[in-house]
Amino acid sequence: MNLALSEEQEMLKTMARDFLADKLPKATVKEMEESEEGYSAELWKEMAGLGWMGLAFPEKYGGSDMSFLDLAMLLEEMGRACLPGPYFSTVVLSGFAILDIGTDEQKDEYLPRISSGEAIFTLALTEPSASYQESGIETKATAEGDSFVISGTKLFVPDANIADYMLVAAKTDKGITLFIVDARSAGISTTVLKTIANDKLCEVVFDKVKVSKDNVLGEPDQGWKEIEKIIQRAAVGKCCEMTGCIQQALDMTVEYAKDRKQYGRPIGSFQVIQHYCADMATDVDGTRLSAYQAAWMLSEGLPCAQEVAIAKAWAGEACPRVMALAHQIHGAIGVTIDHDLQYYTRRAKAAEVSFGDASFYQDVVAKEMGL
Amino acid sequence: MDFKLSEEQKKFRQEVSDFLEGEIKQGLWEPSCDAWIMGYDPEFTKRVSRKGWIGLTWPKEDGGQGRSYIDRLILTEEMLRYGAPAACHWFADRQIGGAVVHYGTDQQKKELLPMILKGEAYVGLGMSEPDAGSDLASLKTKATEDGDDFIIDGQKTWTSGGSNMNWIYLVARTDPDAPKHKGISEFFFSTDLPGVSVAPIHDITGGVHFNEVFFENVRVPKTALIGVQNKGFYQILNQLDYERSGMERLMANYPLFEALVQYTKETRRNGKPLSQDPLIRSKLAQLKIGLEIGRMHMYRVAMVMDEGRAPNWESSMSKVYGTAFEQRLAGTAIEILGLYGQLSPQSKRAPMKGMAYHSYLSSKGYSLQAGSSEVLKNIMALRKLELPSQ
Ligand SMILES: Cc1cc2nc3c(=O)[nH]c(=O)nc-3n(C[C@H](O)[C@H](O)[C@H](O)COP(=O)(O)OP(=O)(O)OC[C@H]3O[C@@H](n4cnc5c(N)ncnc54)[C@H](O)[C@@H]3O)c2cc1C
Ligand SMILES: Cc1cc2nc3c(=O)[nH]c(=O)nc-3n(C[C@H](O)[C@H](O)[C@H](O)COP(=O)(O)OP(=O)(O)OC[C@H]3O[C@@H](n4cnc5c(N)ncnc54)[C@H](O)[C@@H]3O)c2cc1C
Repeated sequence: MNLALSEEQEMLKTMARDFLADKLPKATVKEMEESEEGYSAELWKEMAGLGWMGLAFPEKYGGSDMSFLDLAMLLEEMGRACLPGPYFSTVVLSGFAILDIGTDEQKDEYLPRISSGEAIFTLALTEPSASYQESGIETKATAEGDSFVISGTKLFVPDANIADYMLVAAKTDKGITLFIVDARSAGISTTVLKTIANDKLCEVVFDKVKVSKDNVLGEPDQGWKEIEKIIQRAAVGKCCEMTGCIQQALDMTVEYAKDRKQYGRPIGSFQVIQHYCADMATDVDGTRLSAYQAAWMLSEGLPCAQEVAIAKAWAGEACPRVMALAHQIHGAIGVTIDHDLQYYTRRAKAAEVSFGDASFYQDVVAKEMGL
Repeated sequence: MDFKLSEEQKKFRQEVSDFLEGEIKQGLWEPSCDAWIMGYDPEFTKRVSRKGWIGLTWPKEDGGQGRSYIDRLILTEEMLRYGAPAACHWFADRQIGGAVVHYGTDQQKKELLPMILKGEAYVGLGMSEPDAGSDLASLKTKATEDGDDFIIDGQKTWTSGGSNMNWIYLVARTDPDAPKHKGISEFFFSTDLPGVSVAPIHDITGGVHFNEVFFENVRVPKTALIGVQNKGFYQILNQLDYERSGMERLMANYPLFEALVQYTKETRRNGKPLSQDPLIRSKLAQLKIGLEIGRMHMYRVAMVMDEGRAPNWESSMSKVYGTAFEQRLAGTAIEILGLYGQLSPQSKRAPMKGMAYHSYLSSKGYSLQAGSSEVLKNIMALRKLELPSQ
């Protein structure tokens, strides 16, 4: 057992932090958030140039053969920097699934393009039911000759407005099937929703969208097993982002408390502020330790339903506690739109409900306990 | 980064757990909460000693096993999981032996360590006084040099296990004129000396756990001084890191957790097991999550110690976290038991041997002993976050 980062991970993390600090001042985040696309194509290319998209994919697909745990370092820094855009959708939600269950042809076709930054992917999973359960899926795919025809409404699909491809989960005869769908196919209409994180969550309506049978990802009717894995991976990925997010909120708060003077002394010298900061630090460290543990287990291919659930359930409760204290300590300046803190507040809340909230995972833990 | 225990460590865990289960099967003792600090069982301690499980992390040349703090954490985690009566050797093993290894002379090591290793030193920790709690450095108990001896006068209080101890680790003032942190020394000596008397204090559960200890003209040889005279306070700070860092700060009442989960599975209310009530499931899951997060904090502390660093803010963090968890566990247990939660261990119909009742009351002290949560948060704020003191 060794909880220290490897030298390589340390380097990757520092490099990512420096790069993002340089490229992504909050003014740029704001521009990206307010743009129609929600990301910067230029930055996207630079990230691809650094090998970030293919980091955890095999070399033959243009990747660097590193692990999910290594990727966790990047995600944490992305969370710290509030990086907008389709990295999570493309790599965490989609790329890994293709690598996991795609045919050789599919992997050859899509993974190199993901690694190079050429293709943007997303996952169209949730629906108006807003559920991460199999029963929440109503969208239907009906076999017609060499094709399937997909109809239904997907909701909260990230980055669908710019995606080149979507992995779509739909009901088929005997279960759920995953499809790789060209996002520009006839019959798809996308509307961007306005969200608390100012990200591009979309409503995507599929109206008799025709998809070739070759585009089935994994076994027909057996898609839910893979979707469970996707959700697990996404939950852990979110925990890593959340770690970066609340670590930065803590760092900003501590700095602020050292600088800000009232009653002739730094507010950080008041014991109640010190104790708040200590509480925040404890929550941040618990979030990080559990996120890393789950990421490590995923990397090792170990069964980890319980560890994932613990990490996301914990993060889901720790983040709002940390953000509440960060705001309290910042005073009125922290509730202004021009202060950086609000980026973290908004993202932390969105991450909390994404890919399973605390009560969702408490239920998983209860099942694992045999309750 | 690697969260895996080695094969050897897994085997070790299995060995400890087999040993403890065997003991329970033979009816040698029953699992209970707080057994690490309240379960005085000299025979158990002797069996643990024969296993080589006292002094696990001490260097081999001092009679220890030279093993890692993670190994020790595994050992103590199993002891706590099974609620084993380990109080006879716990303090000596956790803290005092280490202090002797670190600060003792060769002569002291030769005399004291074998006794600790054999599980024959039932140690009390004589630090707190009526007017010196968190602010330990304001202690008044005096140790005055007199030829080859020190004469000790004063009073200690809250001394855990004071009625069972045969040795005491004592901090006393050796230079009344120096600034308060700079005139304190550490001593370790047998309590079988004229002038030492012990008066039990009944704790909130009604049991006798801690004590007042009085010293009246107690003559101890200079060889009882541990480390450097008047540097005791700085030595203590280091030992306190160890005192705080243990698994007992998370799992002191672990047997209650297991019993509670079992109870909810076996107890039916309104026609179905309690464990199927959504609110109760959620409460239990939250406890499990809290426990596992705490274990990670604890393992991190052990790892810091294995790196040879003193885990000062890390052990503060894990202790504050862990003791709050233990208190929450006890409170939640009573909530889940409802009306039954109020029944004492001595009462007819008390579920789970009254563990919830006992634990709810005794857990109130957890966030005070070995550094109150407030004092530990001060340490985190100043040492980890480097917030200004004024
Ligand atoms: C929505 C909103 C509306 C407002 N409207 C008005 C208005 O109409 N008119 C107006 O005049 N003002 C208004 N205010 C300002 C408000 O009165 C201040 O925010 C408040 O006095 C706190 O001051 P501050 O924001 O500078 O924080 P600070 O005083 O800098 O405090 C920062 C943190 O330090 C803590 N702190 C400060 N001193 C101590 C201490 N001695 N001990 C312990 N902790 C301490 C605070 O509790 C806080 O957590 C408004 C603020 C908000 C958020
Ligand atoms: C079950 C139990 C077993 C114990 N066993 C032993 C033992 O074996 N040997 C031994 O020597 N002692 C023992 N103690 C005593 C323990 O070390 C003290 O209780 C502890 O040091 C706190 O001291 P106090 O109780 O005098 O409280 P005080 O120091 O009077 O504290 C009272 C309150 O004030 C707060 N406070 C104090 N200073 C500060 C500060 N600077 N900032 C913020 N808040 C502050 C505390 O956090 C606490 O909430 C034991 C205590 C308990 C409860």
